[in-house]
Amino acid sequence: MKRRQLEEGFFKVLMILSYALVVGILGLILVTVLVKGLPALNLAMLTQTPKGGYYLGKEGGILNAIIGSLYLAGGATLLALALGLPIAINLGAYLRKSRLAGAVRLALDVLWGIPSIVYGAFGFTLMLALGMRASLLGGILVLALLELPILTRAMDEVIRMMPAEIEHASLAMGATRLETATRVVIRQTLPGIATAILLAFGRGIGDAASVLFTAGYTDRLPTSLMRPVASLPLAVFFQLGTPFPEVQQRAYAAALVLTVIVLIVSLGSRWLAGRLSRFVIR
Amino acid sequence: MNAHVQIRNLNAFYGDNRALKDIQLDIPRSQITVIMGPSGCGKTTLLKCLNRFLELNDGTRITGQVLVDGEDIYAPGVDVTEIRKKTGLLAQRPYPLPMSIYDNVAYGLRIHGIKKGRELEAAVRHYLEVAGLWEEVKDRLHAPATGLSIGQQQRLCLARGLAVEPELLLGDEPTSALDPISAQHIEKRLLDLKQQYSVVLVTHILRQAKRLADYVIFMYLGEVVEAGPAHEVFEHPRQERTRAYLEGQF
Ligand SMILES: Nc1ncnc2c1ncn2[C@@H]1O[C@H](COP(=O)(O)OP(=O)(O)O)[C@@H](O)[C@H]1O
Ligand SMILES: [Mg+2]
Repeated sequence: MKRRQLEEGFFKVLMILSYALVVGILGLILVTVLVKGLPALNLAMLTQTPKGGYYLGKEGGILNAIIGSLYLAGGATLLALALGLPIAINLGAYLRKSRLAGAVRLALDVLWGIPSIVYGAFGFTLMLALGMRASLLGGILVLALLELPILTRAMDEVIRMMPAEIEHASLAMGATRLETATRVVIRQTLPGIATAILLAFGRGIGDAASVLFTAGYTDRLPTSLMRPVASLPLAVFFQLGTPFPEVQQRAYAAALVLTVIVLIVSLGSRWLAGRLSRFVIR
Repeated sequence: MNAHVQIRNLNAFYGDNRALKDIQLDIPRSQITVIMGPSGCGKTTLLKCLNRFLELNDGTRITGQVLVDGEDIYAPGVDVTEIRKKTGLLAQRPYPLPMSIYDNVAYGLRIHGIKKGRELEAAVRHYLEVAGLWEEVKDRLHAPATGLSIGQQQRLCLARGLAVEPELLLGDEPTSALDPISAQHIEKRLLDLKQQYSVVLVTHILRQAKRLADYVIFMYLGEVVEAGPAHEVFEHPRQERTRAYLEGQF
């Protein structure tokens, strides 16, 4: 009796410790970014593009990277959704547990695990072969590839979690599988789909390696799909690499902006998922 | 007997497990047919054969014929959605669709081509009335269906199923998840509906069977042991196993 209680207590402490570790790391990251980035964060950072001498510590901001990142991740997420939703529906509502579905899931899981620099290199090679230069379009395409497995598998999981009886109810009324998928399955899984979209967007907007060669970098605001575009992760990377403390501090400010964007999208999707789950059957 | 459904040499398999064995049955029109039998005897499987639901399970197989109005619903080339439209289903537990009360009933109508506002509204109201739910929901038609009690949800599922104008209604222990009052509601609806629909009801509640049945099928281990008019089967069962079951010996 005594020993079992000891065990119980031991594991309770262990649980609390690991919980504290997770929260602690999150807190530490936030504090670092805030403490180091906040002093450099001002209105000019958010509303201006880099002026001459910006990378030596003179005037300007990172609006080019903010807008660039939103375009890149937004475009990529939309594209990945357009490709991934039909795949997820096909997997969850048609193929279900068949061998083909297993093969597709395995392929997606492998793709999920591939490091983003490999996507970047692959995209770069492909673009060279096609005679494309680093551009917004190139970045969007490669980021979409990077996001596709995450988005698709996350949606596939929520669709698979859905009780089969809901689908059956629709089929019992003489609905086709497609009608059932578009009118019932998507509605039932909408909160999960929103969460999946956020996950993919978060991965896309935070990735530096895949856009390094494919989207390039520029001090200008994006104007064309075929021109290079700046991004926040690369803004952090380049500025942190300069020898000037003022510029390094701006790297943290850029990181802070990136974190806040992800936070806003995260909270926004939570809110949206809550609203969307009004009709969901549990 | 005016048979609505005729089942001939029906066998159903889950993989190698033969769950239905050479079923021969006639299901009468405009009556309530009750299927009884101990758990696992194949009642649900038999129902699933009537609306082509068995094929939704992987690895299932059927041999034999199911004739609805004389037409084999397993013949090659038949439109499965058409078969299912003609066959309403009340499940063991109600599962509304993830939408409002109104849209739940409108769903089937929209799918089958009724899209005009006025016509749709009138139809939704009509079927909610038939299911005995209208008075309780008329002020919150656009609220989520999940806000209803489980008994109300089952009546909503009834309204939703009736809206596509089936000819045959299947119920797989549709009151087993409900409280006694809600169960009574459903029973009453089924009695009202049998004028227009043929009802096939699975139940393990003997008293419910006696209250509702016009025709009774007793199954055991995948076979039909006895089938006949309710009063005959209940009062003078011909088979020993039926008698034992009716006396509560299972
Ligand atoms: N999904 C399934 N997979 C394999 N066997 C099943 C499945 N569903 C039912 N069975 C088998 O079929 C037989 C009949 O089951 P069922 O029709 O559900 O019986 P009942 O509804 O009378 O309780 C049982 O022996 C059961 O084990
Ligand atoms: Mg059953």
